[in-house]
Amino acid sequence: MAYTDKTRRTYSEILDGMKNAGLFKQERYIHSAQAADIEVEFPVGAAIKKVINICANNYLGMSSHPEVVKAAHAGLDSHGYGMSSVRFICGTQDIHKKLEQMVTEFLGTEDTILFPSCMDANAGVFEAVLTKDDVMISDRLVHASIIDGIRLCSAMHDTFKHSDMEHLEEKLQLHNDKRLKMVITDGVFSMDGDTAKLDKMAELCEKYDALLFVDDSHASGFIGKTGRGTHEHCGVMGKMDIITTTFGKGLGGASGGCVSGRRELVEMCRQKARPYLFSNTIAPPVVAGVIKVLEILSASTDRRDKLEKNTEFWRKGLLDAGLIIKAGDTPIVPVMLFNAKLAQDVSRDLYDEGIYAIGFFFPVVPQGQARIRTQISAGHEIHHLEKALEAFRKVGKKYDILGKSKQEIIERYGM
Amino acid sequence: MEEMQEIIKAYVIKEYVEDDTELTNDTPLISGGIVDSFSMVSLKRFLENKYKISIPDDKATPEAFDSVNKICLLVKEYVK
Repeated sequence: MAYTDKTRRTYSEILDGMKNAGLFKQERYIHSAQAADIEVEFPVGAAIKKVINICANNYLGMSSHPEVVKAAHAGLDSHGYGMSSVRFICGTQDIHKKLEQMVTEFLGTEDTILFPSCMDANAGVFEAVLTKDDVMISDRLVHASIIDGIRLCSAMHDTFKHSDMEHLEEKLQLHNDKRLKMVITDGVFSMDGDTAKLDKMAELCEKYDALLFVDDSHASGFIGKTGRGTHEHCGVMGKMDIITTTFGKGLGGASGGCVSGRRELVEMCRQKARPYLFSNTIAPPVVAGVIKVLEILSASTDRRDKLEKNTEFWRKGLLDAGLIIKAGDTPIVPVMLFNAKLAQDVSRDLYDEGIYAIGFFFPVVPQGQARIRTQISAGHEIHHLEKALEAFRKVGKKYDILGKSKQEIIERYGM
Repeated sequence: MEEMQEIIKAYVIKEYVEDDTELTNDTPLISGGIVDSFSMVSLKRFLENKYKISIPDDKATPEAFDSVNKICLLVKEYVK
């Protein structure tokens, strides 16, 4: 026992510093299952309030889908609660192999390996397949989990400007002497909702003999005509060398992730990836749930089609209201407010109007780029979106930001 | 020295500056958040190619790359 008062004070001061800097994250307690309509206690101790959720990654409304819940129950009954083991000792069940095969087929790759999360997949994959003789060239806006994975890998690392293909080509030329080159990107970027130019990237990778890696966590299940992901959207199915993705968003919303791609690369992960080797296998009920999700999505595109229509309705509604949004066609729709305090105030007022949406500001997004990130779901009905638009119009009017330019908002509220 | 400063400054602006940030020869690049430590590698490779030198990894520190002037001093150590 060496947790002295001095030690406690050290941490208290750090936490106080976060609070004073406005960087302290406060959790809101949800008393219902994840869905379009949820029941929230916020702040802690307040009466429970029914609100519409427009900030979940529940893109396809699968988190509480009755068939998925039923399948998870059945998986719990037939395969138990947990395996008390990593995969290679005694943690691989028939359903784990079945899910790996289904993901391979769904994404159009050669093989798949499951991880406890996509964070773990990204943490393990680079170190497993690259060495100090290689180079990783990543988009400057890739997800934090990729950055952590890159840090764990001994290969050289360089970056290219966000979605700038000329810059990427310069980097491929600069590092052409390396044994292996890997180009790394998100499929859909989580903060801006824009889509990687995978078609152009695939061309460049072919030209310079580089591997192409995409994290499709914000795309799997709904981007592309049949929801296979950004590679389908860009017409380059079969050309991805590595896809990492999560089962915690469109593909069910519970947990788990994977590396899917070239057979040898997947096998390298099975032999060497540390988060795979040293953490428990995905729990059987979750595996059974994801299998059901893939069955549903493979049988019909109804849910991703509905999400596409909802997204069009939502983007048009926000633009018609006179709000500034990031251009794109994905269900991640950032409403730009530029000023951090304004983003927090708007978020709070939306909550008072029964709409749950969170403000994002520096350091999560660049300085002067504060926003409310909204995320649309196939679980939303038009009446949910109409009510949310009404709230945005009311709150937008209060702060006099409707129909105003970026410059006008910044002049009034600052960056 | 002046020419080297201009060449390095022009490269840093082209490579890393994406807004209207003004750069002097003493502007902190790494500690000022203009160049992230990940992206330093292309700067190092640019210098090595341009000046036909080899900078040992243990000398290519964030401190040594923290301004145009500091980079010039580092490069001069290795130019024959």
